[in-house]
Amino acid sequence: MSPEKLTRMANEIARFFASKPEEKAIAGTADHLRRFWDPRMRRQILAHLEAGGAGLEPIARAALLRLRETDSVAAC
Amino acid sequence: MPVPEIDYGTPAVSSDRTVTLTVDGEKIAVPEGTSIMRAAMQRGVVIPRLCATDSLAAFGSCRLCLVEIGGRAGTLASCTTPVAEGMVVHTETERLRRLRRGVMELYASDHPREWLSDPKLAGNELFQMAAAVGLREIRYPEDVTTHLAKPKDESNPYFTFDPARCIVCSRCVRACAEIQGTYALTVAGRGFASRIVASEDDGFLASECVSCGACVQACPTSALVEKSVIEQGMPEHSVVTTCAYCGVGCSFKAEIKGEQVVRMVPWKEGQANHGHSCVKGRFAWGYALHPDRILEPMVRARITDPWCKVSWEEAIAHAAAELKRIQAAYGRSAVGGITSSRCTNEETFLVQKLVRAAFGNNNVDTCARVCHSPTGYGLKTTFGTSAGTQDFDSVDHADVIIVMGANPTDGHPVFASRMKRRLQDGAKLIVIDPRCIDLVRTPHVEAAFHLPLRPGTNVAMLNALAHVVVTEGLEDEAFIEERCDPEAYAEWRAFVAGPHNSPEVVEPFTTVPAALVRQAARLYATGGNGAIYYGLGVTEHSQGSTAVMALANLAMATGNIGRPGVGVNPLRGQNNVQGSCDMGSFPHELSGYRHISETATRRIFEERWGVTLDPEPGLRIPNMFDAALEGSFKGLYIQGEDIVQSDPDTRHVTAGLSAMECVIVQDLFLNETAQFAHVFLPGSSFLEKDGTFTNAERRIQLVRRVVAPRARYADWEATVLLSNALGYPMHYGHASEIMAEIAATTPTFAGVSFAKLERLGSVQWPCNDAAPAGTPVMHIGKFVRGQGQFVVTEYLPTEEKVGPHFPLLLTTGRILSQYNVGTQTRRTPNSLWHEEDRLEIHPHDAEERGIRDGEWVRLESRAGATALRALITERVAPGVVYTTFHHPDTQTNVVTTEYSDWATNCPEYKVTAVQVSPANGPSEWQQSYRALGECARRIAEPAPAK
Repeated sequence: MSPEKLTRMANEIARFFASKPEEKAIAGTADHLRRFWDPRMRRQILAHLEAGGAGLEPIARAALLRLRETDSVAAC
Repeated sequence: MPVPEIDYGTPAVSSDRTVTLTVDGEKIAVPEGTSIMRAAMQRGVVIPRLCATDSLAAFGSCRLCLVEIGGRAGTLASCTTPVAEGMVVHTETERLRRLRRGVMELYASDHPREWLSDPKLAGNELFQMAAAVGLREIRYPEDVTTHLAKPKDESNPYFTFDPARCIVCSRCVRACAEIQGTYALTVAGRGFASRIVASEDDGFLASECVSCGACVQACPTSALVEKSVIEQGMPEHSVVTTCAYCGVGCSFKAEIKGEQVVRMVPWKEGQANHGHSCVKGRFAWGYALHPDRILEPMVRARITDPWCKVSWEEAIAHAAAELKRIQAAYGRSAVGGITSSRCTNEETFLVQKLVRAAFGNNNVDTCARVCHSPTGYGLKTTFGTSAGTQDFDSVDHADVIIVMGANPTDGHPVFASRMKRRLQDGAKLIVIDPRCIDLVRTPHVEAAFHLPLRPGTNVAMLNALAHVVVTEGLEDEAFIEERCDPEAYAEWRAFVAGPHNSPEVVEPFTTVPAALVRQAARLYATGGNGAIYYGLGVTEHSQGSTAVMALANLAMATGNIGRPGVGVNPLRGQNNVQGSCDMGSFPHELSGYRHISETATRRIFEERWGVTLDPEPGLRIPNMFDAALEGSFKGLYIQGEDIVQSDPDTRHVTAGLSAMECVIVQDLFLNETAQFAHVFLPGSSFLEKDGTFTNAERRIQLVRRVVAPRARYADWEATVLLSNALGYPMHYGHASEIMAEIAATTPTFAGVSFAKLERLGSVQWPCNDAAPAGTPVMHIGKFVRGQGQFVVTEYLPTEEKVGPHFPLLLTTGRILSQYNVGTQTRRTPNSLWHEEDRLEIHPHDAEERGIRDGEWVRLESRAGATALRALITERVAPGVVYTTFHHPDTQTNVVTTEYSDWATNCPEYKVTAVQVSPANGPSEWQQSYRALGECARRIAEPAPAK
């Protein structure tokens, strides 16, 4: 899946959670990615993050950083 | 033998008071207000009648049901005379016999004489009543003026109207009005010239008649009769089963002669439809016998090759070998499956089991992905369970009804009739829809408010409605305090009360006058029981899940949850959308909506299935195509779905399928998706198998085998064969054994069994020890999740925006006579009403572009272009165009885009920026696609025997 598409999808999720306080928004976004995205999609977006994460909005970026720390399946 | 049905003559009456009377010497106690006819019938005393039937209000015109009452002079119509305390009724006296025989003789004198001995009419009531009153001869001459020479109306493809057989009892007229609510029929003329006509004597086909069949069912004389009965004669036996069209889930008697289905008649005891039907379920079942059915398995090496017919054994062995090869080459996660909302619960459960246990991954998804997946997410988040809150009967108790993004008269016609009856009885209606759907103004029904919002602004509209509720103090504070999470409520309330959510601020982009929004909100909040019904116009958006949660917020804020007459109710598109979701078809959830990451839940299945389950969610349908194009997904088993026609951005879908190495399609027909398949497994229709469907009100109903599978196996049996060939044996002798496994592993289904369904007719889940007979209304006293969860629903405009190149917004939907991608209905005479998709366009937009009604137009978006004919109408607002997606020649979804709901990836079918321009005919895409179809559907002739 293209990084652009994954980035758009991650940003859309983050925008929904953006109405919450920052910590909850980051946790909600990370949890959603973890619960609904297939591991290969998570790996691809994390790879995109590693490559600079162009286009990622702040909450989505923060959520992916959180995911990178906690998601052993996607991080491998 | 036909399944027996008792006609009590007049409708049941409910009353707290009981009246005791005597009928022919027997004492009977019945509710006050009951007719004498019905009271007698409850004791098994059948009073002859022609104009009376218990689905219609008493009319008192035929004068056959006369009775004598002690102490009263004359003879009275038993259908219109209510019982009274101490009344003494005589139903059989010499005077009554003489009167009835005289009345019948008069009816018969104006009838074809041969009717008394016509075996094809043995089942009709006129025939039976003649026998009941002892009519043997007709004394009146035949050479007088009669109605016998009146021509038949055979315009309708499914039934005939023969005026010669009509006694003008008005049962058809009343059925059209009282049951269907269309008012297409009337009695024209007076006295002897009285006759039944459709609309302005237009003939049935050209009239407003919607061919629901209620008039045919009501007719006591076979003046209105199914053409199939005329051709094949009266059926000999019947089997009660469940319709395979929309999510209403109507019960039907499949009436059979030998091994041939003669007709489908709505089952009076059906708990979803109560004896009513629509044109699809009642008449459009002929696809099951259509010559296009593929009855032998086929395989081919490449999708450019012609198909080769093979045995079931060869096809299954080939499919299994290919799936194994792909997994060996590309990894365990390189294959997956798609379950079907048209198949039974048992079949969808088995496909997801096959994927999880035999494929060893969670790459299973269902077509609900592209329709109601946001309902699952939104209602689970707010209420705690992924389903509608009410039964259909609940609408009888509603005072204010919101219909949003749904067109029930076309998509869910039997429920729409029920809703119309309630609206005629005084409930108020609020329609929130870009189009002026029929419910906005239809005979004897007019919406109090139509909020014709611009596509893509649902969440803004719902927030504005909620804004009015909270800023004008219309909340149900007691309900909120008792039932909902206070912290979440406070957060939501502060958000929605913000000025940016006011009707005045959102008006510029919803385009709905703020005053209308305020009035509608006040009506919903203060008008009594408020019920919300919604459809894909809510879910198929980039904020589909957000909109579902906004609806839930609105219902909770006004206390409209947890009792009859209220609730939040998704109108499910296909017959088993609810069931396919319940059965664990989503890649992240096992049956009963339990996340795959939950160890305890996985363990239940692991112990039963003898495998270790992958705890990670699998690919969703759109993700499968993306993964195929990048090379990590290579094999797909698709049961009963036509994703090429139904899913958005057709070119992306076909590219994804073309990149796969083994696509297995199991279907009745070589559908559009089969053009990209390597293995074809013949499917079985709903008439050919046992199982269950779950309708939009969570009602689980039996599907019973009416005839043998035409291609040897029911669909679930083919899945078993494939699993066995993959080395994961499944052992089921009957669909009921699969349901037993579902019940054993799924708490909400714990009390469900085929035996219970046989006994009770149906149950609504949750059905378990706490609710052994099921749960018609959910969230009574407490939400499934505990406290109701208000959710902040910020409006975020879709990225799909109009501009100079694509200045119009396209929204899509469906029409009464066709169903989904038309695979079934296009193979029936239903196409007479809708032979092609048309583009609805407002007169102003048409004039600007030089487009005339009926002319070809090019419909183009950034995703693709197609061409179809224009239908100029004010049903759509300026700037909005609309079409259906029933016909593969149009391929409407070549125009729709990859944008989708943020939470579920449900496609944004309802908002596509397009341009419309005059065209000379089909687009280049359509021409090349048609050529591809002709090539891809070739079937190789078998080699001649040596």
